[in-house]
Amino acid sequence: MSSSLPNFGVAQPGTIAEAVAACVSHPGSRFMAGGTDLLVNMRRGIVSPDFLINLSGIDELTAIAADAQGMTIGAGVTIASLARNAAAVTQYHALAQAAAAIAGPGHRNMATVGGNLCLDTRCVYYNQSEWWRSANAYCLKSRGDTCHVAPQGQRCHAAYAGDLAPALLVLGAEIAIAGPKGRRRIPLSELYVEDGKAHLTLADGELIVAVHLPPGAPASAYSKIRVRGAIDFPLAGVAVALSASDNAIVSLRVALTGTNSWPFLLAGTDPFVGQLIDDKLLHAIDRLVQKQVQPMRTTLASANYRRVAVAALARRLIANLGGTAAA
Amino acid sequence: MHKHSPPSTKRLLKLKLNGRWREDAVSEQELLVDYLRDVTHLTGTKIGCDGGECGACTVLVDGEAVPSCITLAVRCEGRNVETIEALATQGRLSRLQSAFHEKLGTQCGFCTPGMIMAAEALLRSNPTPTDGEIRTALSGNLCRCTGYVKIIESVKAAAGVTS
Repeated sequence: MSSSLPNFGVAQPGTIAEAVAACVSHPGSRFMAGGTDLLVNMRRGIVSPDFLINLSGIDELTAIAADAQGMTIGAGVTIASLARNAAAVTQYHALAQAAAAIAGPGHRNMATVGGNLCLDTRCVYYNQSEWWRSANAYCLKSRGDTCHVAPQGQRCHAAYAGDLAPALLVLGAEIAIAGPKGRRRIPLSELYVEDGKAHLTLADGELIVAVHLPPGAPASAYSKIRVRGAIDFPLAGVAVALSASDNAIVSLRVALTGTNSWPFLLAGTDPFVGQLIDDKLLHAIDRLVQKQVQPMRTTLASANYRRVAVAALARRLIANLGGTAAA
Repeated sequence: MHKHSPPSTKRLLKLKLNGRWREDAVSEQELLVDYLRDVTHLTGTKIGCDGGECGACTVLVDGEAVPSCITLAVRCEGRNVETIEALATQGRLSRLQSAFHEKLGTQCGFCTPGMIMAAEALLRSNPTPTDGEIRTALSGNLCRCTGYVKIIESVKAAAGVTS
């Protein structure tokens, strides 16, 4: 049997500077970290870069450390090692839970933090074989001119389905980026825009180097719904970071994934500060989540199911973290 | 099927395969599973899906279970790769292989190499796993025959924690 992949070259840089230089000198190339998403998409002919830059040989990307200043996680740290990292498990619970909920154990051994943050958006009209997509005249995200999910719309509605991003958003993460113009550091939320076709704000030749988390994280948790419970992308996922005193909210952050073309922090949670965690509050959260998520027909499960279910997940996480039985 | 591609380039790949170092000229786009099956003719590793969904192609790289159908062969330069063929020594089945045989953990057998390699990785790091740990370790491997109960019993038997 011949190879399942088209021809391409591979660079194996040993440093971040070499990786950036390789990307600049090969227009149309792609960085490859674990390859667990990219190679699947390449096998299906969804993307076909001529040149891959394999990041797995760069030691700087695999550093992980926690101290009084917070936690720094190299973009090349594998999902498996993040899921069992002591600091993540004890201080950044949502992050460890999200890591443990990604794909299967084999994928987690290869997939990386940076790769999960940069995960391509997904859609039932996009993540298909070449013959399936060609029979359907392709789609707006790749080689076509119509979004089959919203034919009247102007943009691609493929959903972002990374698990780490919502956990990192509620924990206040920043990311360090390296590129042809040097290094910069931005809040994680600025990595994304809501466009299924181009959801990352990284410029050509830029890659994520590390994730920084501030110290003193509040209690946090992550939960998701998926078609195949053992191993699947989220139909919808929710991360919550909550600190409470006497059953009243001191701070609350909620972030969502799987429902929109970007992972995002729920807006409008500040008015909940000081309120008791009771049925009334949970109902208000439910309404707020349902109002802000925009699930479309991008998965086999219906959009309305995902809207209702993601709100229920948010309610449950807040009730559990607040230590109340109300949900 | 794919757009115009540049000509294939090959490079020399040196890795330790089932205990022996070897060198082969492999295309840069060669997947590890294709290298194992087509170049080294170790066909115990199976291809069950079109990319990372079924676990039939699971092999060990530096002791960790990975799906070889979404791993480039050239990424294994200098690394230790083990396939199902590594387990039996001089015709004698390994403890896990015997347990799958004795406990009927195999029906059609197609998922078995992947199941056994995933279980092998588990037992090396955790010799006495709980049911939950076994289920988690095998959660990336699909079986369409057994219903998994016999597979989990087989792994428990091999671990010496039969209930």
